[in-house]
Amino acid sequence: MNRFVALVLVVMLAPALAVAGPAEDKGLEIAKEADRRDTGFGDTTADMIMTLRNKRGQESKREIEIRTLEVKGDGDKSLTVFHSPRDVRGTALLTYSHGVKPDDQWLYLPALRRVKRIASNNKSGPFMGSEFAYEDLSSQEVEKYKYKYIKDDEVEGVACFLIERYPVDKDSGYTRQQVWIDKDEYRARKIDYYDRKGQLLKTFTPTEYEKFLGKYWRAHKMVMVNHQNGKSTELIWSNFKFKSGLKDSDFTRTRLTQVL
Amino acid sequence: MTEPTTPSNGRRVSAYVDFLFKWRWLVLVGTLGIAALAASGGRFIEFKNDYQYFFREDNPQLRAFEDLQEIYTKNDNTLIVVAPESGRVFEPDTLATIGEITERAWQLPFATRVDSITNFQYSHAEEDDLIVDDLVDLERDYEPNELDELRAIALAEPLLKRRLVSDEAHVSAVYVRHTLPRKRSDEATEAAVAVRELTADIENKYPGHVLHLTGSVMLSNSFFEASVQDLSRLVPLMYVVLLVTAVLFLRSFWGMLITLVIIVLSASSAMGIAGWLGIPITPPSSSAPTVIMTLAVADSIHLLVTLFQSMHRGLSKKEAMTESLRINLGPVFLTSLTTAIGLLALNLSDVRPFNDLGNISTIGVTAAFIYTLVVLPPLVAIFPIRAGKKSVSERSNAVVSLGEFVIYRRKGLLWFGAIAIVFLSAMVARNELNDEFVKYFDESFAFRTDTDFASENLSGIYTMEFSLDSGEEGGISNPSFLEDVDAFAVWLREQPDVHHVFTLTDTFKRLNKNMHADDPEWYALPKERELAAQYLLLYEMSLPYGLDLNDTINVDKSSTRMIVTCDNVTAVRMRELQAQSEAWLRANTPEHMWTVPASTNLMFSHISERNIKSSLLGAFIALALIAVILGIAFRSVKFGAISLLPNLAPAMMAFGIWGMTAGRIDVGNAIVTTMALGIIVDDSVHFLSKYLRARREGGMDTQGAVRYAFSTVGSALIVTSFILVAGFLVLTLSPFGLNAGMGLLTAIVLFVALGADLLFLPPLLMEIDKAPRLPSESQLSSPAEAPAQ
Repeated sequence: MNRFVALVLVVMLAPALAVAGPAEDKGLEIAKEADRRDTGFGDTTADMIMTLRNKRGQESKREIEIRTLEVKGDGDKSLTVFHSPRDVRGTALLTYSHGVKPDDQWLYLPALRRVKRIASNNKSGPFMGSEFAYEDLSSQEVEKYKYKYIKDDEVEGVACFLIERYPVDKDSGYTRQQVWIDKDEYRARKIDYYDRKGQLLKTFTPTEYEKFLGKYWRAHKMVMVNHQNGKSTELIWSNFKFKSGLKDSDFTRTRLTQVL
Repeated sequence: MTEPTTPSNGRRVSAYVDFLFKWRWLVLVGTLGIAALAASGGRFIEFKNDYQYFFREDNPQLRAFEDLQEIYTKNDNTLIVVAPESGRVFEPDTLATIGEITERAWQLPFATRVDSITNFQYSHAEEDDLIVDDLVDLERDYEPNELDELRAIALAEPLLKRRLVSDEAHVSAVYVRHTLPRKRSDEATEAAVAVRELTADIENKYPGHVLHLTGSVMLSNSFFEASVQDLSRLVPLMYVVLLVTAVLFLRSFWGMLITLVIIVLSASSAMGIAGWLGIPITPPSSSAPTVIMTLAVADSIHLLVTLFQSMHRGLSKKEAMTESLRINLGPVFLTSLTTAIGLLALNLSDVRPFNDLGNISTIGVTAAFIYTLVVLPPLVAIFPIRAGKKSVSERSNAVVSLGEFVIYRRKGLLWFGAIAIVFLSAMVARNELNDEFVKYFDESFAFRTDTDFASENLSGIYTMEFSLDSGEEGGISNPSFLEDVDAFAVWLREQPDVHHVFTLTDTFKRLNKNMHADDPEWYALPKERELAAQYLLLYEMSLPYGLDLNDTINVDKSSTRMIVTCDNVTAVRMRELQAQSEAWLRANTPEHMWTVPASTNLMFSHISERNIKSSLLGAFIALALIAVILGIAFRSVKFGAISLLPNLAPAMMAFGIWGMTAGRIDVGNAIVTTMALGIIVDDSVHFLSKYLRARREGGMDTQGAVRYAFSTVGSALIVTSFILVAGFLVLTLSPFGLNAGMGLLTAIVLFVALGADLLFLPPLLMEIDKAPRLPSESQLSSPAEAPAQ
C-alpha cells in the first residue's frame, strides 16, 4: 500500500479505533461508582415471587429464594432455591459467577437426587420461561460490559445519568443496553435492552427501593416488558436480610442437596 | 323504463344534448378536473403485503391461529433452504455457509429466532455434566470422521431430520422466525428484501450453494409482487385488446379515442377514489382496473354504435347523438345498475380482497356510466366524426339467419338446451373445493419454484399446529399427559402424507437419556412428574438467547404446541387429515386435549368452503334484486321470472364445464357467480326488452318478435359479449392463479350466457309466451321505435 494512503487511512480511522474517549471514561466511572456503592454487603438473602404474563393476560407464578455471598476479586456466589411450582420444589441452582469468563453452574434435581453441572457457555436464554434472561439476573460485574456516557436525563422526575453499555460476551442476546442511573444514589432506574439487530427488545423498571444497613439499596418490585412479543414478567422481592453470616461452605455442591 | 320513449322524455334528452353540445368545452374541462381530483387519490393507494388480509377478523381459522400465536409466539417465518452442489450438507464449506446464514439471519428485520443444524442446542452427557451447546462449532476444523458423526447425530434427532436437514442430508435449511408488528403494510416486503440480499451475498461468497426461499414472509411478499405484476402487465394489455376491439367494431378512429378517454377516466377515477377511501390493493383487487375497463367499454360502444348507425341514416351529429342517448339511456342505466348489484354482492364474501374488488369495480362502473353520459356527447361534438363506413353490427345478415335458424329449430334447441342445462348442472358436483395457496402463484414466481423445491427435497409449508392442553398448571410434566401427546405423535407419524411431527416429547426423551449418561435404553418419557419438570427447568436454564421453549410451552406450562408438517397435499386431503386428527384426539385422549388445529395453510384450506356459502348467498340476493328490477322494468312479473333462467343457467353450466375439466374450485372461482350475474343479465335485458317492444308496440306474434329482437340487438349482443369475454380472458394471463381462474371461469359464464340468450331464451319464449299477442299498451307505443334499425 502506498504510504500516503496508509497514513490517510490511519488518520481517518483513528477516532473510530480509539477504545476510550471522554464519554467512554465517564460511562465507566459511573458504572464503577455504582458498583463501589454496592460492595461490602457481605451476604444477603431474599425471597422473590416471579409472575409471568402473556399477551392474553394469562399468568403463572414461581416462588424463589436467593442467597448471595459477596466474593472479593471475583464474581459473587449465589444459591437459587425453587419453592414453587410444586413440581420443581427443592430444585436448587448454585452459581459461581465470574467476570468475562462463563459462570460455573450446578443444578440439584431432587427427583433424580443428583447434582448436575450445566456446561453451557451461552446462557442468555430466558430464566424459567420469563422475560428475564439469565444474563439480566446474574451478577452484574463491571467488566462484563464496555460503557459510554450519553447524557444527563430524567426518569419520572429523578435526575439520572444515561449510559450505554455493550456486552463483551459474543453470545449475549443484546447489542447494547441503555441504563438510567440516578445521580443521588447510583441506582438503576430503567434499562432498555436492544436485540441483536439493534431493535428495542425489552424495558426493565425497578421500583420501591429500600435502603438496608444504611447503605445498600434494593428494589422490591421489578418489571420486565418485552416489546416484541407483548409478554411481561414481574418480580416482587421480600425478606431482604444482610450479613446473616453465610460462608463459603454454604455455597458448595454438597450444600445444594440440603437446601430445604 | 328500459327505453324511455315518451315524447316528453325525448324532449328532455334533446335539451340535454343541446346543453352538452353548446357548453362542450366547459363540460369537458370541468369533468376532466373532477376526474383528476378523484384520480389524485391514487397517491394514497396502499399495497397490502400481508397474506392475513385475506381473512376477515371473525374468520374462525384466523381466530384459532391468532389465539395459538398469542399463547405461544408469533409465527411469521422464512425458510432458507441451502442446497450444496456436492449433495452433502456435512462438508466444511456447507457447514460454514449454514453457520454464516444462521449468524447473520439474527440481523434480518423483525427476526426473533433462528434455527439451523449449526446452532441446534445439542444436549449430551459427560459423566455428571449436562452439556448443552451448538451442534456445530464453527471455529473448529472437523475431521472427516467427525463430520460423519455430526451427520449421524443430526439424522437421529427428530427435531432436525426432515425439518432442518433432509433424510439423505443433501439439503439443509435455516429457519428464521420474524415477529412482524403488523403496524405497516410493507413489513413483509422489507423482511423479504433483506433476506434476498443476504442470500445473494451468501451465494456469491460460497460458490456451489444454491439457496431457496420460502415461508410465510415470502408468501406475503409474493402477494405484493403479484399485485404489481397484474397492474403493470395486464392493464396495458387490456388497453390494447379494448382499442383493437373498438376499432374493429366501430370502424372509427375518433370512436376509438372517445372509448379510450372513457375507460381511462373510469379506471383512474375508481383507483383514485379507492385511494381516497383507503381501500388497499391486493392481487384480487389489482384486477379491478381490468374488470372496470371491460365493463366500461360496453357503455360507450352501445352509444357509439347507435350514433354511427343514425348518422349513416342521414341524421346530423347532434340529432344522431340525441337519438342514441334516447334509445340507450334506459338499457345502459339498467345494465350498469344490475352489474353494480352483482359487484356489490361481493361484499358478502368472506375474503376481504374480493370485497375490495367488488367495491372498486362498483365505483368504476358507476363512474363509467356517468362519464359516458357527461363526457361522450361533448367529445362527439368536438371530434370531427363522420358517418364513415358501415360498422360491423349493421352487416347483420348472419345474425338474421341465426334468428331464422332459431325459430325454425325451436323445439330441438329447447330440448337441447334443457338437456345441456340438466347435464352440466349435474356436473357441478364434480368440483371439489381446493385452495392451495402455493398454487395461487405460477412458476414465474420464485416463491412457487422455491417452495416446490423445499417440499420435494426437505419439508413443505403445509402445516397443522395443535395446542395440546394438559388441563392443569405445570401439567406438561404429567407423565400421563406426555404419554397421550406421544401416542398422538406416533399416530400422526403413521398417517400417509405426514412428513414431520414436532413435539416436546422428543425433547423429554432426549433429556432423560442425557440424564442417564446417554444410555439409549433411557430414550423414553420420564416416569415421574417431578423428574420431567426438573429436567425441563434444567434444560431451559441452559438454552441461549432466542432458542427458548416459549414457542412450544405456554406461560403456566399447562399446554404445549405440536406442529405437524405434511407433504404437498390438496386442501381436500388437508381437511380430511385435520378431521381425522381431531377424531383421534376425541377417541383417545381426555377432553381437555380435544382441540382444533390452526395454521396459515388451514386458513386457506377452509377459505373456499366458507366463501362458497357467502358467495351463494350473495348470488341469491343479487339474483332476487335483479329479477325484481327486471320485473319492474318489463312491467311484468312473468318476464321478470323468465329472465332468471337464462341468467342462472349459464352460471350452473359454466361450473359444470369447470367440473368436467378443471374440477377444482378455489376462492377466485367461488366468487364468479356473484360477480358474473350482474354482467350476463345485460344480454337478456337487451334481448327481452326488444322482444317485449315488438310484442307490445308492434303487435307481433312470438316468432315475429324473436325475429325483430335478433335483427335489432343480436349483433350488438355478440359484439359486447365478445368484448367482455376478451376482457376476462386477459385476466387468465395473470401469474396469480386466483385472478386467472376467476377470469377464465367468468369468460366461460359470459360465453355460455350469450349462447343461452340467443339459442335457448328465444325458443323458451316461443314455448311459454303462448298467447298470440299481448294487449297493446298504447301509452308505450312510439312510432319512432318501429323496427327501423
